[in-house]
Amino acid sequence: MIQNKYHANEKGYYGDFGGAYIPEMLYSNVEYLRTNYLRIIENPEFQLEFNQLLKDYVGRPSPLYFARRLSETYGASIFLKREDLNHTGAHKINNTIGQILMARQMGKTRIIAETGAGQHGVATATVAALMNLECVVYMGALDVQRQAPNVARMKMLGATVVPVHSGNKTLKDATNEAIRDWIQNPENTFYIIGSVVGPHPYPDMVSRFQSVISEEIKIQLLEKTGRENPDKIIACVGGGSNAAGAFYHFLDNENVELIAVEAEGLGINTHQTAATTAIGKTGIIHGSKTLLMQTSDGQIEEPYSISAGLDYPGIGPLHAHLFVTGRAKFYAATDHEALVAAKLLTRLEGIIPALESAHAFAVLPKVRLKQNEIVVINLSGRGDKDMETYLKSNF
Amino acid sequence: MNLLQNILQNISKPLLSVYFTAGFPELNSTSVILHALEKSGVDMVEIGLPFSDPLADGVVIQQSSQKALANGMNLQKYLQQLAEIRPLSKLPFILMGYYNPVYQFGMENLLRECSKIGIDALIIPDLPPQEYEEKYKSLFEQYNISFVFLITPQTPTERMHKIDHLSSTFIYAVSSAATTGNALEIDEKKLAYFERLKSVGLKHPIIIGFGIDGKQNFDLATKYAAGAIIGSAYIKIISQSTNIEQDTENFIRGIRN
Ligand SMILES: Cc1ncc(COP(=O)(O)O)c(C=O)c1O
Repeated sequence: MIQNKYHANEKGYYGDFGGAYIPEMLYSNVEYLRTNYLRIIENPEFQLEFNQLLKDYVGRPSPLYFARRLSETYGASIFLKREDLNHTGAHKINNTIGQILMARQMGKTRIIAETGAGQHGVATATVAALMNLECVVYMGALDVQRQAPNVARMKMLGATVVPVHSGNKTLKDATNEAIRDWIQNPENTFYIIGSVVGPHPYPDMVSRFQSVISEEIKIQLLEKTGRENPDKIIACVGGGSNAAGAFYHFLDNENVELIAVEAEGLGINTHQTAATTAIGKTGIIHGSKTLLMQTSDGQIEEPYSISAGLDYPGIGPLHAHLFVTGRAKFYAATDHEALVAAKLLTRLEGIIPALESAHAFAVLPKVRLKQNEIVVINLSGRGDKDMETYLKSNF
Repeated sequence: MNLLQNILQNISKPLLSVYFTAGFPELNSTSVILHALEKSGVDMVEIGLPFSDPLADGVVIQQSSQKALANGMNLQKYLQQLAEIRPLSKLPFILMGYYNPVYQFGMENLLRECSKIGIDALIIPDLPPQEYEEKYKSLFEQYNISFVFLITPQTPTERMHKIDHLSSTFIYAVSSAATTGNALEIDEKKLAYFERLKSVGLKHPIIIGFGIDGKQNFDLATKYAAGAIIGSAYIKIISQSTNIEQDTENFIRGIRN
């Protein structure tokens, strides 16, 4: 039985965070979703199709891999949850499969999405192709440049990629533009949000679709170690969807230490950072009350990270709640630390991680690990899209 | 009774409301613009408090907001400017802004300032009715400031009545499913919506906004509603203007005649 301490209540609040701060133009769509999403998700036919697609199309369950050499290096038993091996190369597709089925159920014919690293854009374009639905992806103009391989994939999949030139031309700005599109197309369009952000019910809905990650970890860990609960779980947090999925079934078990890693960029005090919990205050972004990087005057601050998927000035309301209650510990990793961690993982295990995921590995030297402790790191995606950045950083 | 309530109780011709962004094109343009609008005969003004990420706005207002912020506009300066202008103007002042800057300032602090200065109403598109009702309604009543709600073509009739019930001055009807600044296209669906607005029997007057860019749209909208709001079209005029007073007068005369 899931308790409510770390789950959204019916208004979408996790403690003080969440809710639906939307203009009236979005009310009908969000309200329909709010009053129907649980009914739709819990329908046995929906579940059957969702699970079938996760298995045969995405390739789930994703392996839980014991990383021997990494474990030896840090003196703990480290397992990697291999979301990088999913179809399209990241955890994002777990969510887009769920949401496209939801969209189809609601009779929507047009799909929109925002994307930072391009992984969510690719995962959305993929399921839109699968379901034969029109797809438009908003992407910051800077991210269009730094994640070029994913732009090419989206185009090949038949999606229209719209570069966004406002703000810092990154994920926040792409999300603004996707919301503006949704305002203008309230009848035929479904907005597939890519993380546990946005107005209720999105954070809860996306968490549920991603919760398959921790559901599998429990089963796989039991098989491999005789225990279903690890001592620690580590995941990176942009909006927080891969972390939400990896934490979900452990939220109510306080013996499992949850570790969330944000992107520190060039350093907390440089203003070139995306470490929301370190410098943010409660505010409203993209329809949700959460922790937010902002000026004293309430203007949203432009974030910075080398990793497009973590380059966001907020975090999902669940994570804001986990932070203020102390249920999860928050760390930050700089650009440089993430690059070093990516190189180490590559050379020790032969796995090139996404830059986002590399941030999770970058805290291994900072967290105190006990001998024989079981640690699961959510390897949220693979690094193909980041090769240019890696090569430029002198590997 | 505040200036806004007064105007709404004595409607003799279609009301013309104009939106502009405070601090644009120059930090101190606010007083010039307000003076020009009043002289040209507009009935009320919505003075935009610029926000970094205005979700409901199209490109024109986004850009004016960005420029205003770059010029140094913030809520403190905004209130200062309006406090200075208030004794010189009889226009109802409506603050239009997004929730986050207001949230940081504190709603009660803001309402106290508005009441002191003489700002009659607030429009905060991303503060939903339910939150208003639960958290702020009694504060607004205490300070006699009106909260103006939006309704849209997608708002169910029952909800329109609920919003009507929560309202205290007028209701802002968004002309179409759009962000600001998209030219209004009149088709049968739109006319059916305007008819619905007229026939649904709301107690409070309706003022239509979004996409009203000139005389033709203004005349059409005000066949169905007590007034209409012009925003982006006016901001375009002043953004290129070398004589705001003259250009404002010409623009407003073009609508009123
Ligand atoms: C591989 C990968 N990991 C993590 C993230 C960050 O998103 P979230 O915090 O929602 O998991 C992204 C986002 O693009 C990503 O592509």
